[in-house]
Amino acid sequence: MRGIRFALNGLARELRAGELVVLMVALVIAVGSITAISFLTDRIGRAVERQATEVLAADLRLRSGRPLPADLMAQARSSGLQASEAMNFPSVAFVGETRALVNLKAVASGYPLRGQLRTAARLFADTEISQSIPEPGEAFADAPLLARLGADVGDIIEVGQLQLTVTRVLVYRPDQSPGFSGLAPTLLLNTADIERSGLIVEGSRVSYTQLFAGAPSDVDDFADALREQELEGVRIEDSANAGSQLSSAIDRAGRFLSLASLVSLILAAVAVAMASRRYAERRLDTAALMKTFGAEQRFILQVGVVHLLVVGIVASAIGTLLGFAAERGLSAILAGWLRGELPMPGWQPALPGFVTAIVLLGGFALPSLLRLGDTPPLRVLRHDMSPPPPGIWLTYGAAFAALGLLVWWAVRDTTLLVVIIGGTLLTGLVLFAAGRVLVSLLSRLRGNVGVSWRYGLANVARRGGDSAIQVVAFGLGLMVLLLLTLVRNDLLAGWRATIGDDAPNQFLINIQPDERESIATLFADAGWQDVEFVPLVRGRITAINGMLPDAWTFPSGEGRRRIGREINLSWSATLDPSNEVIAGEFWAPDYAGAPQVSVDREVAEEMGVTLGDTLGFNFAGETVTATITSLREIDWDSFKPNFFMVLSAPGMDALPQTYITSLYVPEDQGQVLLNMVRQHPSVSVIDIEAAIEQVRGIIDKASLAVQYVFVFTLAAGLVVLFAAIQSTLDERRYESAMLRTFGATRRTILAGILAEFSALGLLAGACAATGATVIGAIAARQLFDLEIAFNPVLWVVGLFAGMIMVGVSGTLAARSAADTPPVQTLRRL
Amino acid sequence: MTEAIAIDSVAQVAEGAAPALRVEGLTKTVSSADGDLTILRDVSFTAERGETLAVVGPSGAGKSTLLALLAGLDTPTSGSVTLDGVSLDGLDEDGRARVRAGRVGFVFQSFHLIPALTALENVMMPLELAGEANAREAARSIMDEVGLTPRLRHYPAQLSGGEKQRVAIARAFAARPAVLFADEPTGNLDRGTGERIEALLFQLNREHDATLVMVTHDETLAARCQRRLAIDGGELVSDSRG
Repeated sequence: MRGIRFALNGLARELRAGELVVLMVALVIAVGSITAISFLTDRIGRAVERQATEVLAADLRLRSGRPLPADLMAQARSSGLQASEAMNFPSVAFVGETRALVNLKAVASGYPLRGQLRTAARLFADTEISQSIPEPGEAFADAPLLARLGADVGDIIEVGQLQLTVTRVLVYRPDQSPGFSGLAPTLLLNTADIERSGLIVEGSRVSYTQLFAGAPSDVDDFADALREQELEGVRIEDSANAGSQLSSAIDRAGRFLSLASLVSLILAAVAVAMASRRYAERRLDTAALMKTFGAEQRFILQVGVVHLLVVGIVASAIGTLLGFAAERGLSAILAGWLRGELPMPGWQPALPGFVTAIVLLGGFALPSLLRLGDTPPLRVLRHDMSPPPPGIWLTYGAAFAALGLLVWWAVRDTTLLVVIIGGTLLTGLVLFAAGRVLVSLLSRLRGNVGVSWRYGLANVARRGGDSAIQVVAFGLGLMVLLLLTLVRNDLLAGWRATIGDDAPNQFLINIQPDERESIATLFADAGWQDVEFVPLVRGRITAINGMLPDAWTFPSGEGRRRIGREINLSWSATLDPSNEVIAGEFWAPDYAGAPQVSVDREVAEEMGVTLGDTLGFNFAGETVTATITSLREIDWDSFKPNFFMVLSAPGMDALPQTYITSLYVPEDQGQVLLNMVRQHPSVSVIDIEAAIEQVRGIIDKASLAVQYVFVFTLAAGLVVLFAAIQSTLDERRYESAMLRTFGATRRTILAGILAEFSALGLLAGACAATGATVIGAIAARQLFDLEIAFNPVLWVVGLFAGMIMVGVSGTLAARSAADTPPVQTLRRL
Repeated sequence: MTEAIAIDSVAQVAEGAAPALRVEGLTKTVSSADGDLTILRDVSFTAERGETLAVVGPSGAGKSTLLALLAGLDTPTSGSVTLDGVSLDGLDEDGRARVRAGRVGFVFQSFHLIPALTALENVMMPLELAGEANAREAARSIMDEVGLTPRLRHYPAQLSGGEKQRVAIARAFAARPAVLFADEPTGNLDRGTGERIEALLFQLNREHDATLVMVTHDETLAARCQRRLAIDGGELVSDSRG
């Protein structure tokens, strides 16, 4: 009790001394970055929870790629349930000559059975609850679609042979994903219009759904009855499993962002360790004196622990507020993906922040503090008496235990934990070694520079270890930001440049066999010869080497998932030039024997199959068993239709099939495509350029969000700098007093300080630019198989940003050394 | 265990009549690169309550080592120290600290004020450590006694050398110690200031009825004490009363 009272009495004085403030700021940043993400995931989680009961727009939903039996609806109604139906599929919508890929959702009266549609009378107008669905001939369009088409309420949108008047802006429908939305915007229309749209033909990619709602027991009974019927290719979904799938997707996204925030956490930990080492060192004399006046070891420790605890609690509170505010920014960046209003977060996200603060203090501050208890009181008479340094095992053990705990909390995955800790250790060591080398190289320069620079460079060299830590702390944050901005653009531009100018820029899917001729003629008239139509069949894998897939051991979850769903396959007599056989042999063009299949190498690995194995397929009731005779590598950058599995040709024509093709359409010939779509409304055109743009938009947003998280990293780097400066401030004051006594002006001393930190910043910038270049080159090779050119901008930006940020903030922090009058400093000694 | 020793020792005090300091056969040997080095050899003496003692001798004679051993800041190689009736033998670091709390005051040559604390807060420190409820008031009153009321809120860096030592003296007497140890208390001060500090030290010592053990080079200062212990080469060479 006495210790606590004494500690609290002295806290204000300790705060004035500064180390505890640095400690607190480091904790605030760590807590802020962790809680910002916790708040975001909590809010999305709550949105999911709130919507969980309406996420299906029903209590029970049936979904299938083929039309569902109509008698089910009648059956449900007779059991006292409400029933409705819907279908959705991708298509192309036009306003005049502007077109956009769209997710068409056709709904019948009664939709949604659970939850409500929210719409607005115009773009940006107030949201209202809609009691009804669009009338035939009308449609509700969501804002992204209207924006892409340059349309508004009242305009006419063409899809297939339909001309629909947009009557409302669709703001929210219950069965949209509440977290991150899909790519294509939505157009909601009435199922009554579908028949005359000409959009749905044999082989169209339609998802049919039937919706049911009613008293829970009735719904359960009906669901049980449906499950007993074992309807082929029909998924039965109830709100419980739909909600949990969403939650786990959001959990994954949250963990990914937490991983990004770990870097700031590690830097904050470094700052905490530095500040607390300094705090303990500065308290050695006080501890010795207190012991002389009768304080026990426990009392000294108690005082320190109370200080740390108070700092931890206050920092958690401030950090939580900061995180709360930062979450606003993060959700604004992700606004396009986060549909609808997010509910306010609860208090739970504050918990990881608080735990972070306490764990950081326990792992990185406590070991220095424990040493304080061992201060010999004899130090009051003999100043060279110091407590033994804390044991290496205690210091590093505590730090690693703390780090491990925090990483595990963030990723909840042991393998990832080992990888991250190992990676951090290795990266830290490499960077630290690089920092030391740079620092020692720099110090060799000092014979050739003016007095201020010599003084500055001497300081960098003298505090070699600390300088290297600062270079690493700053370099790391800067490197990630360079990667996410400049290198990312270089990579995308580099990849874009590898795609030939005449590479296909349009994909046509859903071409019916009887449309092939007329489309080919249309294209030939436009001068586009040799357009190749590739057949596509949809089917399921029902056997591997004669075994049911359930009995097969898959090396990866991805392999199992492939089996669970319908896949697209093709057949061909010849090998497309964009494919390369890497094992086995592709069949001869005139091959007429038993079915063979050629499999993509990666897919074969995921499924655990190889040459000589057999795969059994089911194509709408037709079964085919084929032997794997070759494995291929596919060059996806060719933008040609390609398939993971290609079958040998004989006998395949009989299967229900559609065709796809890709072609290059010059910009001024878009009209030809438009005419084609008007004549063949069920054909979907995918603009590759637009798709790339869309993907780029997603990458932009994702990296902006990650960059946002990395701003915390830069801030943590700054705190490391401040902690390091603070631990040298006494020494700096003394030197400055000496220099000024010998006639140096304040200006010379300030110039020296500026030189020191600019040099450090320059090194950090060099570290960052090197790291970004190396990682960029590795990523380019691994992801895109290309060499990216050296980018001088990266170096200029890296060096300047480092020099200016570190130079300015370091000088500001160390300025007081030059400002304190020498007489005051000398008197203090 | 240490707790038991301390409580036992406290019981001895209650019986009264114990001398302020009893030192028997005190020896301190340290190992160095050149082999064992005896800094203090077989020193014995007793100091009564209220007595003033000067420990004199040339530099390196072992005066500071003796002071450290008497206050329990260090442990002897052999011999024993009984402080205010409590034996320091066998006590660990914390046990000795408990004995010092409220019983021992210190004045150092280089003042040893805590730079982050104001003058008043420095004086409050031993009172707070001893669990004194009215630490602030008690500290104010003793600051008044040393004539530093106008300097209560000043930090050590804002005080002159003489003022710093007066704060240190106030701090030493604040918890009303039975024994006050002073290590060259005027060593860092000019003659005039030094004399005023001496006067203050002796005056407070009288008023508080404490035993004063003072290490000094200064023969005039030593002459003001009732007893003079001369140390040379680690041995007590004379014990004379003035």
